[in-house]
Amino acid sequence: MTARAVVTGLGIVASNGIGRDAYWAATLAGRSGIGRITRFDPTPYPARLAGEVSGFAAEELLPSRLLPQTDRMTRFALVGADWAFADAGIRPQELPEFDMGVATASHAGGFEFGQNELKALWSRGGQYVSAYQSFAWFYAVNSGQISIRNGMRGPSSVVVSDQAGGLDAVAQARRQIRKGIPLMVAGAMDSSICPWGWVAQLACGRISVSEAPDRAYLPFDAEACGYVPGEGGALLIIEEADHARRREAPQVYGEIAGYAATFDPRPGSGRDSGLRRAIEQALRDAEIPPDGIDVVFADAAATPELDQVEATAITGVFGPGGVPVTAPKTMTGRLYSGAAPLDLAAALLSIRDGIIPPTTHVRLADRYEIDLVRNAPRTAPVRAALVLARGYGGFNSAMVVRAPT
Amino acid sequence: MTAAGDRRVVITGIGVIAPGGVGVKDFWQLLTDGRTATRRISFFDPSPFRSQVAAEVDFDPELHGLRPQEIRRMDRAAQFAVVTARQAVRDSGLEFDALDPLRTGVTIGSAVGATMGLDQEYRTVSDGGRLDLVDHRYAVPHLYNYLVPSSFAAEVAWAVGAEGPVSVVSTGCTSGLDAVGYAAEVIREGTADVMVAGATDAPISPITVACFDAIKATTPRNDDPEHASRPFDASRNGFVLGEGAAVFVLEELSVARARGATIYAEVAGYATRSNAFHMTGLRPDGREMAEAIRVALAEARLDPEDIDYVNAHGSGTKQNDRHETAAFKRSLGEHAWRVPVSSIKSMIGHSLGAIGSIEIAASVLAMTHHVVPPTANLHNPDPECDLDYVPLVARDWRTDAVLSVGSGFGGFQSAMVLARPDRDRR
Repeated sequence: MTARAVVTGLGIVASNGIGRDAYWAATLAGRSGIGRITRFDPTPYPARLAGEVSGFAAEELLPSRLLPQTDRMTRFALVGADWAFADAGIRPQELPEFDMGVATASHAGGFEFGQNELKALWSRGGQYVSAYQSFAWFYAVNSGQISIRNGMRGPSSVVVSDQAGGLDAVAQARRQIRKGIPLMVAGAMDSSICPWGWVAQLACGRISVSEAPDRAYLPFDAEACGYVPGEGGALLIIEEADHARRREAPQVYGEIAGYAATFDPRPGSGRDSGLRRAIEQALRDAEIPPDGIDVVFADAAATPELDQVEATAITGVFGPGGVPVTAPKTMTGRLYSGAAPLDLAAALLSIRDGIIPPTTHVRLADRYEIDLVRNAPRTAPVRAALVLARGYGGFNSAMVVRAPT
Repeated sequence: MTAAGDRRVVITGIGVIAPGGVGVKDFWQLLTDGRTATRRISFFDPSPFRSQVAAEVDFDPELHGLRPQEIRRMDRAAQFAVVTARQAVRDSGLEFDALDPLRTGVTIGSAVGATMGLDQEYRTVSDGGRLDLVDHRYAVPHLYNYLVPSSFAAEVAWAVGAEGPVSVVSTGCTSGLDAVGYAAEVIREGTADVMVAGATDAPISPITVACFDAIKATTPRNDDPEHASRPFDASRNGFVLGEGAAVFVLEELSVARARGATIYAEVAGYATRSNAFHMTGLRPDGREMAEAIRVALAEARLDPEDIDYVNAHGSGTKQNDRHETAAFKRSLGEHAWRVPVSSIKSMIGHSLGAIGSIEIAASVLAMTHHVVPPTANLHNPDPECDLDYVPLVARDWRTDAVLSVGSGFGGFQSAMVLARPDRDRR
């Protein structure tokens, strides 16, 4: 009998809400966190909007000694993990140290920290580079720091698969649960809203240059013109189901029921994207037929070509208009590897409350035969949800979560 | 198809780029000669830095089949990954056109991604560090591929035609072990039948040298670069930065046997644990590495006495070499004093995320040739490092099972057991 992996705690940081309840209330109300960049002057750049997290008081939430050695995304991660543990009713220091691990995804590491040290190096000299640079920027830092803060000596890992990585990290946590580790912290937090990070993101050519916060990120709209980057994400407490039951966890949000990852054929091959295959494999892995899925959280790239690929894949599996589709990330911007764990959290809250959060400001283009939940949340029983995530270069990941049994 | 649970994973192809040797043959020759490939840094003027020594690869990408457009869009670390992946596939004898791309995946480890490319590009767009608002008009078109190192795995997937699970594993200096461990698990669980897996890093850039200078992790032995990497020696005073890559073809055992493949070794056991102690510090007792070793041995169904050779992390920092010596004693018991232990970092430096995979390659070749590579530059062992570290000279040694370990910033401690698939198991 394969061990089942359930989610018992959520820690959320997003531009439209910090913390689980604030995020969920804002998301159901259709409140967006997208606005003009404030963390630096975006005037010289073609794109000027982002989903920035404001009011995150790291100095009140973390010991002061951690501040000089952490990038912003690591502060999100440490606090997000704290909140996820608290939500799950777990004090990690009371659990056996080798029974807990961390699986995070990263996109660009602590890029702002790296920017500042590169500036120190090239403007002043090597001796001005921080003693923390050797680890504060690298991709593994969040798993390392979370494990240290919480005394977690079990298996930890870090995956990078661009914006699909968040699901791959949660899947890795499920692997560890199946190998006998009772508890994992899994998910991702990302942030690279700094000039150097902004310039590097712009190079992908998929970022919206609209100046209107309500017209900038419009997946599945005839006016789709790219995405708005955001920052934040979610960390989840993933537990072996019996472990959660035995300790009488305050809640079980749902089960990580199915997962698959595929990679697109080489560019120019003329063959179809692997996204549909990822969906089908994840459903098979979950042993849930298409009509058992009550909502799809779309990747929602918001470029015409990528939206078409996604709509075709969804329609191919579920039939035209066959399943409600939503993209609450229209309110937060795309959080890179943090995006899919945040969608997983939203999917689990949809299951809990029987309500599907909306996609905001989108006028559905005629060519997409999908049932997009627009503008207002939709009340519906949600027993199982599918979350999709894609990364630059051809990464496709799909994950199914279902209601606790 | 073999049911999940019975599926075993074997290495059937190897590709290596290491300092002093591109390709398996040159690499193994260097190691068994006990020669060192460490030298004064030549990629840039190292004189402003505390540590001016590195193990650099003499690498001409065009000579290894990369097209000019590929060279332009790929960071050096991505170039290493693609070249070693192609070497591994050639070595495996697999006809990749005949493979099911949907059942083939890629896992590439890297600790620091496109550090070299990012360092160079930052310098350009910031006008030598003068601009806070760096200028996007001077950015190269492929800068996003430097930003996100999953581009390395994408490049390898395109090179070999993989369309199954593809990702980068980035756990600092254990990335090279963890990427292969991850890929083996993907085959074992039944998601893929073939994985092209390994690790790459090309970190020899001013920002990397400066960041290790800042914590005195690298050696200042600038007057004697050829003998600067001294694991387990009493005079050791830091590691020597290196670069390189190793990539393997991993296959499910029955599939490999059915096609008559040359099987180098089974990835018999693997585990990772965290010290949850300090981002760069190690507790001297080696408890978490010992736990990783214990779990990896259990997974391989081998006893400590079955291990014929230990490929050590052996970075040559004061704390590492004591830490892992303690871990070996704690996990292997009396056998720790009997089994040969060596560090190839003494010859090819520490290539961060790549080294774990390069050390797997060395471990597998030790099994193939029944020769254990030495620890170079080891003349006066630290009294606290009292095991058999195979000083200076390679040793003819019956080698059927190898333990390879890694330890890294972030507290990651990983262990892998490689063994002949036809061995007796508990």
